[in-house]
Amino acid sequence: MSNMLEVADLGHTYGDHEAIGGLTFTVRAGELVCVVGPSGCGKSTLLRTISGLVAPSRGDVSLNGSHLAVVFQDYSRSLFPWLSVQGNVEFPLRSLPRAERRARAAEALEWVGLSGAARKRPWQLSGGMQQRVAIARALAYRPALLLMDEPFASVDAQTRFELEDLLLRVRREHDTTVLVVTHDIDESVYLGDRILVLSGSPARLVADLEVPLPAERDQVTTRTDEGFVALRSKVARLLNVGKPALDVEKWAAAERESLSETVSS
Amino acid sequence: MRAFTRGLLGIAGFLVLWELLGRSPLLPADALPPPSVVFGELVTQLTSPEFISHVVATVLALLIAIVIAIAIAVPSGLVLGSIPAVRHATRAVIEFLRPIPSVALIPLALVMLGFGPETKITLAVYAALWPILFNTIYALDELDPLLVDTARVFGTGRLGVLFLVALPSALPFVLTGIRLAATTALIVMVSVELMAGSQIGLGYFIMEARSGPGRMDQVLVGTVVAGAIGVLLNNGLERVRRRWVAW
Amino acid sequence: MTKFLQRWTVFAGLVVIWQLLGWLADDPFFPPPSKILSAAWEWWVLEPANFTEHIVPSVARLLSGWLIASLIGVSLGLLLGRSDRAMEYAGPLLVFLRSIPPPALVPVFLLLFKAGTSMQLATIVFGVVWPVLLNSVDGARSVDVTKVDTSAVFRIPRWQWVLGVVLPAASPKIFAGLRVSLSLSLVLMVISELVGTDNGIGSQLMQAQREFDYTRMWAGIVLLGVLGYGLNTALLAVERRALAWQPRSRDEQHA
Repeated sequence: MSNMLEVADLGHTYGDHEAIGGLTFTVRAGELVCVVGPSGCGKSTLLRTISGLVAPSRGDVSLNGSHLAVVFQDYSRSLFPWLSVQGNVEFPLRSLPRAERRARAAEALEWVGLSGAARKRPWQLSGGMQQRVAIARALAYRPALLLMDEPFASVDAQTRFELEDLLLRVRREHDTTVLVVTHDIDESVYLGDRILVLSGSPARLVADLEVPLPAERDQVTTRTDEGFVALRSKVARLLNVGKPALDVEKWAAAERESLSETVSS
Repeated sequence: MRAFTRGLLGIAGFLVLWELLGRSPLLPADALPPPSVVFGELVTQLTSPEFISHVVATVLALLIAIVIAIAIAVPSGLVLGSIPAVRHATRAVIEFLRPIPSVALIPLALVMLGFGPETKITLAVYAALWPILFNTIYALDELDPLLVDTARVFGTGRLGVLFLVALPSALPFVLTGIRLAATTALIVMVSVELMAGSQIGLGYFIMEARSGPGRMDQVLVGTVVAGAIGVLLNNGLERVRRRWVAW
Repeated sequence: MTKFLQRWTVFAGLVVIWQLLGWLADDPFFPPPSKILSAAWEWWVLEPANFTEHIVPSVARLLSGWLIASLIGVSLGLLLGRSDRAMEYAGPLLVFLRSIPPPALVPVFLLLFKAGTSMQLATIVFGVVWPVLLNSVDGARSVDVTKVDTSAVFRIPRWQWVLGVVLPAASPKIFAGLRVSLSLSLVLMVISELVGTDNGIGSQLMQAQREFDYTRMWAGIVLLGVLGYGLNTALLAVERRALAWQPRSRDEQHA
């Protein structure tokens, strides 16, 4: 299998703050890789350097293809309110002839099940549907790599499950290579073929784990599968080793103590 | 600091351009005196009590106009903004009055009020009313209903809500309105002094300099000083808004 | 419909009161609306020359000045707004130039352009370009980071970035600026006509005052009010269509 993305000794520093400290990994063609790490560990910087939005301080990013697409967390800002849903999907395709643009947009909207909403404005749709528009736009662009930045963090739990399954289906049907950045351990295990676990800032690679789950996944059975549970615990342990920042248990105990003091006095 | 330096460089660039234009033979002689001449004249004028009295007259009239405009527009805005029926009823009248340019009222004001400061103050008030009025109404529209409900829950009455909740939360918008109004009032003030032949003020100074000896350098001195007053007013009010109304 | 009635009943009521007071007082300074209307009729309808020689040129000057200023203001504003560096250089200068009362420059423009249309256009353009320019700068700056990133990721061509992202994102602010500029254009049109011309609504206004013809003076004032109202309404209609994409156009919605 060929590599779609090769990241070698990638590092980035903002002023004095080292956000990423030397990451090396690859993403193979057709693979779905999840990058999981604690909040504020430099995941966003990683995504911005890979997508070329920020030139990294050191290291190399090489993409086996001409272009990539990004699905951002904040769909309400990433979609253009002055364009229709169709217009939004056609947005990156301006250089193509009109007819082809239309056809590609219609096709991508069908993949995400939004054919009926082509003429609507994005803000007339629910959050989950808006994120589906963003996914359709990225797919219509036919990217060598689809980058997703916390793509389902802004929708409710039910919608989140639907969108996760939609992503799994679409990428299976169209053999898309995907890199998902998330802070949600469950999500990374459920979606990924492989999980890259990052430590806290500066981000370093702690583990590169294969996900021993079948390609066909299901929100109910997969999440109770032994392999799922075991891997989830493993990732959680790795993350806690990476960043033992806020100890909730300890904090709650201290709180209880001070409360009981005031009550007794 | 670096941004400040760049700003100064921008102004310096403009002055150089002006100097070159003013000295170029393409323009009619003396139509556009270069800044070197104008700033020389500015120094002379700033030490002349007569010029200072013109400036003081304009600034004083301007401040009076702004205060009157606030006194009229803020209460009216509160009423119009909080009682929809009044607002709908007066809407057509306001929509018709607002676009009447204040300068179109110059002849009328001259006839009614004569050539004294009343004319320019009245016209400046008229011009300054609208931004304050509309910003106050707009601010009440934007008032977060949750704040009102919170106050109500704690037993605050209608008037209490108006003064304790609505007014403070409207204040930033109102101050923006006042800032816009001040700039507009300055334009109208100087225009009226220029057009309506009042006997004192910056506009009058400019008109005298033009129509009498044709001293374009003095015209530009008046213009630069008027612009400086505008900048001070604008920045001062912006600073007030930032310092005191930081929410 | 009731709101419409409510609105115009009060308006009509005030006109009627004015009419009655005008009759009762019989003051030459305050003619009743009926007299003003008949003066307007005599002046502009019965003598069409007055219409074509004064109103038409005035409106033409106003509109062309406003359009030129809008074009300059929007293009320069979008350019400056997308570069923090450029704004650092130009910002203080713009603040100063904006603060200059445009009528103060009328003498300079008179010498530079001679009396006539070009001087009047210069006055209008200089006077009204600032609200459009500064609002466009503001609007161009308001393009949020996610949209900037989205555009960068999809590597859209430069023209699409400017016309397809920055311009629409800035358009609500631009329209706010255009409205301010339009009403300022009316002011500056009158000012520029008070000196150095003998045609236009402004000069007729002055002439009426000089001839102590207060009814005509009032007719001129009312005409300017109607003109301002009409222009503003027309621009609002254009704005409503152009900004129909906005999630909620609160603009005048609860009116």
